Amino acid sequence: MSAPTLPSSSQSSQQSAERAAVLDTAGASDVPLTTSDRVRGSFAGAGRAVAPFAGPVAKVLKYLSLVVACLFALTPLVTIFMASFKTDEEYRTSGPLDAPKSWFNFHNFAVAFTQGDMLRGFMNTTIILVVSIVGTVLIGAMTAYAIDRFDFRGKKLVVFAFLLATLVPGVTTQVATFQIVNALGVFNTRMSAILLFMGTDIVSIYIFLQFMRSIPKALDEAAMLDGANRVTIFTRIVFPLLKPAIATVVIIKGIAVYNEFYIPFLYMPSSDLGVISTSLFRFKGPFGAQWEVISAGTILVIIPTLIVFLALQRFIYNGLTSGATK
Amino acid sequence: MAALTETAAKLPPSPTPPRGRRRGRRPVSRHGWRITPWLFLLLPLAFLLVFTYVPVFNMVGYSFTSWDGLDVQMPFVGLDNYVKIFTTPELFRVFLVSLYYLAGAVVQMGLALYFATILSFNTRFRNFFKGIIFFPYLINGVAIGLVFLFFFRPGGTLDAVLAAVGFHHPPQWLGDPSIANWSLAATSVWRYMGLNFVLFLGAIQSIPGELYEAADLDGANSWQKFRFIIAPGIRQIIGLTFILSVAGSLSVFELPYVMTGGANGTTTFVIQTINTAFTFQKVGLASAMAVVLLVIVLVVSWIQRRVFPDQKGDLV
Repeated sequence: MSAPTLPSSSQSSQQSAERAAVLDTAGASDVPLTTSDRVRGSFAGAGRAVAPFAGPVAKVLKYLSLVVACLFALTPLVTIFMASFKTDEEYRTSGPLDAPKSWFNFHNFAVAFTQGDMLRGFMNTTIILVVSIVGTVLIGAMTAYAIDRFDFRGKKLVVFAFLLATLVPGVTTQVATFQIVNALGVFNTRMSAILLFMGTDIVSIYIFLQFMRSIPKALDEAAMLDGANRVTIFTRIVFPLLKPAIATVVIIKGIAVYNEFYIPFLYMPSSDLGVISTSLFRFKGPFGAQWEVISAGTILVIIPTLIVFLALQRFIYNGLTSGATK
Repeated sequence: MAALTETAAKLPPSPTPPRGRRRGRRPVSRHGWRITPWLFLLLPLAFLLVFTYVPVFNMVGYSFTSWDGLDVQMPFVGLDNYVKIFTTPELFRVFLVSLYYLAGAVVQMGLALYFATILSFNTRFRNFFKGIIFFPYLINGVAIGLVFLFFFRPGGTLDAVLAAVGFHHPPQWLGDPSIANWSLAATSVWRYMGLNFVLFLGAIQSIPGELYEAADLDGANSWQKFRFIIAPGIRQIIGLTFILSVAGSLSVFELPYVMTGGANGTTTFVIQTINTAFTFQKVGLASAMAVVLLVIVLVVSWIQRRVFPDQKGDLV
């Protein structure tokens, strides 16, 4: 990166004081700081180093914009959350912004769970989720191992084939994929979704590939000298060391599969095979006007996501960053 | 360790394994047995071929026929399907619908950039704000569709909020064809802004802190720091995000399908393609539409690689 050219302006006393503070924090820390710590550290100074009179106004505007953003993000969710606790009559007589009379009226949730087939949806989603994640992890790890640890004829072509495939958006090819799923005889079975989730995930392969590079090849070589074959090296040495990459893939893939709509919708039309998304989609028919039940179903689908998010925030942020940039 | 060196001594190092070695004697070399990598690649490549390349090739093939998806016969019709796509206004106008989402994507990137920048500065409740802005991205698409169906419906959340601030005659947000697409595009912004925001924030935070310190020494203000340090540092990710947005706005499906079912002029390209193939049994025509979409996406990605070349170098 080229050095930024910055016009130097005359400095107010406040700014030089600020500069000293920045230098001080930098000097005082003998523990190595992570990049983000350093960035935050320097920004802590930078934030106050803006032109002195613009400071407070800028600060108010900044927090105001953040609060407005939160209101935009939360209002649609909060109103549907409130609606899910209302009785049928209460829903019809109150406005969307009115709180429910009782926060302990779980009737709508019970209706959504039993009549709305949510239980079956959760079960089908769980089965598909577990099998396709295991498959994705194995496929991703094997591909990355073959590409990173071997030199072989045609390697460039293989890499190019995977790379090119990332450019093909899944939705565009469904017309033809449908015929293949049909020909394999898995249409309207859970296997259709499982195979498609396993077979079209190239992002996971990249995550494994990036991580595989950081595992020293000397480990493989030492084991090979001990007489281990490639399969043993892969299963006993490399695969266990891939744990962080596996965790990332499990999280990203898990969220993607849980949220997937069109694959189960197209390939598993039978109501016995409803997953979370398709079961919830079917609420639109029978519960057409019963918004309090639809709200409850929606909240039931969102709650597991919220729990996972709160528990695994850091991993989710890191996973998405590494997944999306490759 | 002793055992290790002993084994090493017995086996002479061979840089390239001789052909025709059998399993019994394992060659000690980086290259290993010639077939081994292919054994690891067998399953992944099979999946790649069956679920990505074969569909693409078949689809191109179908696009020159008037196949209905069931018949044994696939009557060859040449370029008829392609001519039909570009000359039938009803088929062509779905391209225009993606412009609403593209406009939404531009707004979305601007907002994401703004919030990523201010949250990379020292801010109170930083993680709290970050979490709330990001969370919508994780929510199930059907759930988001229903949440916003409730939000936009007559007498719903939006109308109630507007009434509370004294605006009593709101339009039909999803029922009026001149507004419906804007409502859907806004929902899309709500859903995806968090992802852009987190990606931008990650990129900003990976800029070395020394640059800011140097800027401070030069007396740079916040805007100058944004213009000369942050903006060049996140150029790459902005380029990538923009391409993903273009591809994304062409392949919108879930939100309009759940919220309006494509009514009131909200049919998108993918809804149209899926209806053509599976409701009207015109697999040939639908394939041609999908090929057109695929070509557009590939061209856009190619342009992106030209404009924002990957400095890190790709893969191997």
